[in-house]
Amino acid sequence: MSATVITITSGKGGVGKTTTTAAFGAALALRGKRVCVVDFDVGLRNLDLVLGIEKRVVYDFLHVANGQAKLQQALIRDKRIDKLHVLATSQTHEKDALTPEGVNRVMAELKEEFDYILCDSPAGIEHGAIMALYHADHAIVVCNPEVSSIRDADRILGFIAARSKRAETGMEPVQEHLLVTRFDPDRVKTGEMLPLNDIQDILSAELLGVVPESKAVLRASNAGMPASLDSGTDAGRAYHDAVARFLGEVRDPIRVAAPRATVTVQEEPRGFLRRLFGFA
Amino acid sequence: MSWLDVFRGNRKPPATTAGAAKERLQIVLAHERINRSGDDFLPRLQRELIQVVARYVAIDPKAVNVSLDRGGDMSTLAIEVELPPAAPPPTGRDAAAAGRPAV
Repeated sequence: MSATVITITSGKGGVGKTTTTAAFGAALALRGKRVCVVDFDVGLRNLDLVLGIEKRVVYDFLHVANGQAKLQQALIRDKRIDKLHVLATSQTHEKDALTPEGVNRVMAELKEEFDYILCDSPAGIEHGAIMALYHADHAIVVCNPEVSSIRDADRILGFIAARSKRAETGMEPVQEHLLVTRFDPDRVKTGEMLPLNDIQDILSAELLGVVPESKAVLRASNAGMPASLDSGTDAGRAYHDAVARFLGEVRDPIRVAAPRATVTVQEEPRGFLRRLFGFA
Repeated sequence: MSWLDVFRGNRKPPATTAGAAKERLQIVLAHERINRSGDDFLPRLQRELIQVVARYVAIDPKAVNVSLDRGGDMSTLAIEVELPPAAPPPTGRDAAAAGRPAV
C-alpha cells in the first residue's frame, strides 16, 4: 500500500495554504481515508495551531527526519477526526534543516501507513518549498483572485513541472489543481475581481475548487478547527466539494456560495459556462 | 460595457479593474514563461554539447559558450566553441579512422 502525496503550495504567502491543508486533510479523513498532514514550513510552523494540536507537539517532523525520534512518537492523532494525523514541524531549527535524505526517509515510512499524505509547503520558491513539492503526485496550487497571487502561482506551476521527483525521473507529470480562495462572486459581477474562467485561462490548470471569502475561515482557525469540520458553513462546504471533486465523486460545475445567497455557476450565461467547463 | 464583456473576450480597452488585471497578467506571464523555458534547457544543452564535441576534439569544457537571445521577432541561439590552439589538426587518415566504427 502506497500513499498518494498531495502538496499544497502557492508561491505567495498568506493565500490559505495552511488553512487548505488542514481543511482538505480533515475532509479526506472524514470520508474514511487515512490522512497525514505534514508541515514543511520549518521555522514558521502553523499547521499545529490551525488544527488546534499545538500543545500536544513533543517530537516533530525534523526530529524524525534527523533520526532523533521515531515516526510513531511524532505523529499526533486528531481527537475529533479519527483518521487524521499530524506531523508538526519545528520552530527552532533553521529553515535549511530538512535534508532531501531525511525527507525521503520520512515520506517512505508515511507511505506505508497512510492513504494520503498532505504536504503544507512554505511560501516562496526556496529550499523548503522544493522539499515539499519534490515527492508530490498531485499539487494543489492555492491562489487568490489577485494579480500577485496569480503570478506567483504561475511561477510555482513552473517549478512543479521542472523540479519534482516525477519530472526528474521522467515519470508521469505531477497532476496540478487550482484552488481559488477568498473568492467573492459579488465583486466579480461589478468587475472588481477576476472571474474564475479568467484565472483558469491565465494559469491553464484544472480548477479543483473555489472557497468563498468567508467569516467561517477565521472563526475555525481561532478555535483550532479545520474549516471543513463544520460542513454547514460556506467554506466548509467548499472544501468538501473540492475533496469530492478530487476523488472523482462529482463532476458538476463548482458551486460558489456568495455571502448573501448561494449562487451556482449554472445560473451564469451560457457563454461563460462553456468557457469555464469546456467539457460540459 | 457590461461586466459580461469581460467573459466574452471583448478586446476593447478594459473598463473594469478586473479586465485590467487580466490584461496585465497575460503580458507579464508571457514574458516570464519565455525566460523560464530559456533558463531550464540552456545548462543541459551546454553539457550535452561539451560531451559531443569532446568526443571528436579535445576541448576545455569552459571554452564552450551557449547563449540564447530572445528578441521580439527573432531569437538567436549562439554556440561558441573555442578550440585549443596547441592541438595539431588531425591528419586525413586519423580523422577518417576516428569516424569509422572499428572493424
